[in-house]
Amino acid sequence: MVWAVFLILSFLCIGSVAAMILSRNQAHNALFLVLSFSSLGGLFGLLDAPFAAAVQVLVYAGAIMVLFLFAIMMFNLRGELPARAKKARLALTAGLGAVLLAELLLAGRKLVLGSPGAAPAAGGDTTRLGHLLFSDYLYAFEITSLLILAALVGALALAGKKEGS
Amino acid sequence: MIPPAAFFILAAVLFVLGILAFFVKKDLLTQFMAVEVMLNAGNLGFLALAKSLGKAEGQVIVLFVITVAAAEAVIGLAIIILIFRQRKTIQTDDLKDLKG
Amino acid sequence: MADLFWLIPLIPGASALGLVLLGAKLSRRWVAWQACSAVFLSFLLSAAAFVHLARLPPGAPGLTKTLLAWISSGPFASPIAFAFDQLTAVMALVVTGVGLLIHVYSTAYMAEDRSYARYFAHLNLFTFFMLVLVMASGLVLMFVGWEGVGLCSYLLIGFWFERPAAAKAGMKAFVVNRVGDAAFIIGILFILTNLGSSSFASINEAAVGGLLRPGLATLVAILLFVGATGKSAQIPLYVWLPDAMEGPTPVSALIHAATMVTAGVYMVCRLSGLYAASIPASTIVAWVGGATALFAATMALVQNDIKKVLAYSTISQIGYMFIGCGVGAYAAGMFHLVTHAFFKSLLFLAAGSVIHALAGEQDMRRMGGLKKHLPVTFPVFLVGALAISGVPFLSGFFSKDAILTGAFASGQYALWGAGLLGAVLTAFYMFRLVYMTFYGKERTAMEPGHSLHESPRAMTIPLVILAVFSVLVGYVGLPVFFGEKADLFGRYLVSSVKSGSHHLAVSTEGLLVLLATASALLGIALAFVFYRRTPALPSRLATRFPGVYRLLVGKYFIDEVYDAVVVRPLVRGAEKVYERFDLRVIDGALNGSAVAAGRAGKGLNFLQSGLVRDYALAFLIGAITFLGFLLL
Repeated sequence: MVWAVFLILSFLCIGSVAAMILSRNQAHNALFLVLSFSSLGGLFGLLDAPFAAAVQVLVYAGAIMVLFLFAIMMFNLRGELPARAKKARLALTAGLGAVLLAELLLAGRKLVLGSPGAAPAAGGDTTRLGHLLFSDYLYAFEITSLLILAALVGALALAGKKEGS
Repeated sequence: MIPPAAFFILAAVLFVLGILAFFVKKDLLTQFMAVEVMLNAGNLGFLALAKSLGKAEGQVIVLFVITVAAAEAVIGLAIIILIFRQRKTIQTDDLKDLKG
Repeated sequence: MADLFWLIPLIPGASALGLVLLGAKLSRRWVAWQACSAVFLSFLLSAAAFVHLARLPPGAPGLTKTLLAWISSGPFASPIAFAFDQLTAVMALVVTGVGLLIHVYSTAYMAEDRSYARYFAHLNLFTFFMLVLVMASGLVLMFVGWEGVGLCSYLLIGFWFERPAAAKAGMKAFVVNRVGDAAFIIGILFILTNLGSSSFASINEAAVGGLLRPGLATLVAILLFVGATGKSAQIPLYVWLPDAMEGPTPVSALIHAATMVTAGVYMVCRLSGLYAASIPASTIVAWVGGATALFAATMALVQNDIKKVLAYSTISQIGYMFIGCGVGAYAAGMFHLVTHAFFKSLLFLAAGSVIHALAGEQDMRRMGGLKKHLPVTFPVFLVGALAISGVPFLSGFFSKDAILTGAFASGQYALWGAGLLGAVLTAFYMFRLVYMTFYGKERTAMEPGHSLHESPRAMTIPLVILAVFSVLVGYVGLPVFFGEKADLFGRYLVSSVKSGSHHLAVSTEGLLVLLATASALLGIALAFVFYRRTPALPSRLATRFPGVYRLLVGKYFIDEVYDAVVVRPLVRGAEKVYERFDLRVIDGALNGSAVAAGRAGKGLNFLQSGLVRDYALAFLIGAITFLGFLLL
């Protein structure tokens, strides 16, 4: 049963990314990615990481991709479809990609052939996550919030300028 | 139970697809989206590792990655907007000032 | 005082340095006083050392001092060390004594020259190097002096370098000497690899003690002698000396008569052990000397330039010295070196006086009848001419006789005969010179307003001193029939050079002396006939034997032969090498590397496309490679 869910979600994920590659319409690309990220969220859930799954859907699929859509709408690039890439370049990239895939799998072979999964620690993941965030990784946590603030201010400073300056 | 290995393979495939997307596309915005795909693939990998080792640190990392990716997306889009305002194009083929 | 002997070369050296650095700013008076005093001080020190050595018992070691370790690598060491023994003392006295007189003479002769300080700087520098040469304790340091005097010779021959002839003559001297020096160096290398030391003591001991392989002594002796033929202007490397007359006359007197050209003779005497141990080498030395003596004398017969006559005469007389060395009579060779230094420099300086009086005229065909105009120059010149001709009671007689006797005594009758013939020729061409210059009609063409006057005292006083010595210095080496003790010179040198032994009866010696005297008088008489009694005779002979005459005047065309056989092919070869190698290979490599760098840069330009995706591709490839390395 779980396998079926897994398979559906993974096909969705990969399929939408593939569709994104094939489509030349930017709005379509963004929407495909929304789909992909959402299914990814589901996959996170399958990995016993409910918090991560929620955050993924909320932030990634729900905020970041929406931001992309806003940007696309701003550019208003209807009628300007980007050109196709050259065949040779495609072949080269595909080849390199295959090599990289092989390398990655090779690098993770312990994991690939490895344990089916250790039992998760007691106390539930989210609780443990909270514990870790506010003890061992408190520093990083606080810095990250500063980072978000900086990004906010930066974006305002950058794109808040009037046109023509 | 689904072995973490499956998730890891998935993550690898996703990452490579992201790379392919980056090279295939010719406009800045879509290439940026491809970068997001790669980041997510990384997240998936981390979680698979967390599951297989039984530690929660993987999830911590994922959380941070998502946060930083959000910040980065904001700034990146702001820059793309600026480029668009100045050059009236986001085709990367036209943005080759560094040619030498 | 004698242990300050190591200062002898250094004082003129310091003076030279001072003149080089500050000469332009010093007054002429100062320059003259400094240069002459430096040599004078060296002379005093040399005299002190000489006397000190005279008092030592025979066989006692001479004065030595090591200044600097210099070269010391493994088993081979060549320190800067001076060794002052009796042989060196004689040479030092000649160099500083005659050198002093010539320095004084130069103060007047060069008085009107633009580059007064440079002249005396060079002259002092020469004195320094020559003294290093004679005081060196080993071949390597001697070679430093050897090369140094060659350099100074070049500088002084080409002193008036704006004159193309002078510049070329300087080059010729240097290059021809270089050929000899190459052989010299090879000789030194053989010694070094076989003995590990180049000190004269070790070489002589090894040679005498039979430690050298039989062929090695001969080889080294011959190689060193080839160097000597360059420096001392013997066959085949004599060609530079006549051209060297382009330099100022005092230079010709000092360097090309008294000192530098005798360095080869000194070297052979210094290594008397080596040469005595090798009969083939000594034979070569003697025969080259003999051949040169005759050869040069024949060329002197027809020269019209007063200095060229003296130049060929010098070549010839040095040949005599080598005859002496070659037959084992090293002391006789040195004796002739000393007497020759006096009368040859006298002759040169007197000729300079004549040239000075005639405002630069050197061609004897435009001289004549100068006897009454030059009341000091004429008598001293006559003394010099008589001395060199070997007229009895003058120095040349004793020294030449010592050599000829030595040759006869060692059974080399052919050399003795050649020497005798050479004596006739010597007397002939010398008195030819005297008659053409001082007697007969006045053929001079003087500019109006320029009177023919005697030279200033600074020039005539050295002349007189030299003349006195030309007479007296012979008496230190009286031949055997005055008693064994009479040969002061030979006895002085006993510790430092090997001496051949005379085994001649007194009567034989007396006969030889008579023959020598007769040959001298014969030469003078012939000159009288040719140039005083029947002045038309020379030209008549020339027309009767045009081939011979042209051969002699053309100096046997040796210069032309060398030019065609050696110089031109070398120059052409050098040009070819320049074209094929220097321009194409070396310049090509340099330019080529620049062009290649440029092309490489342009070629790699495509990497900088400015496109983000290309850079990303590079990233990707890099990441793949890196990952690959990590995995493997």
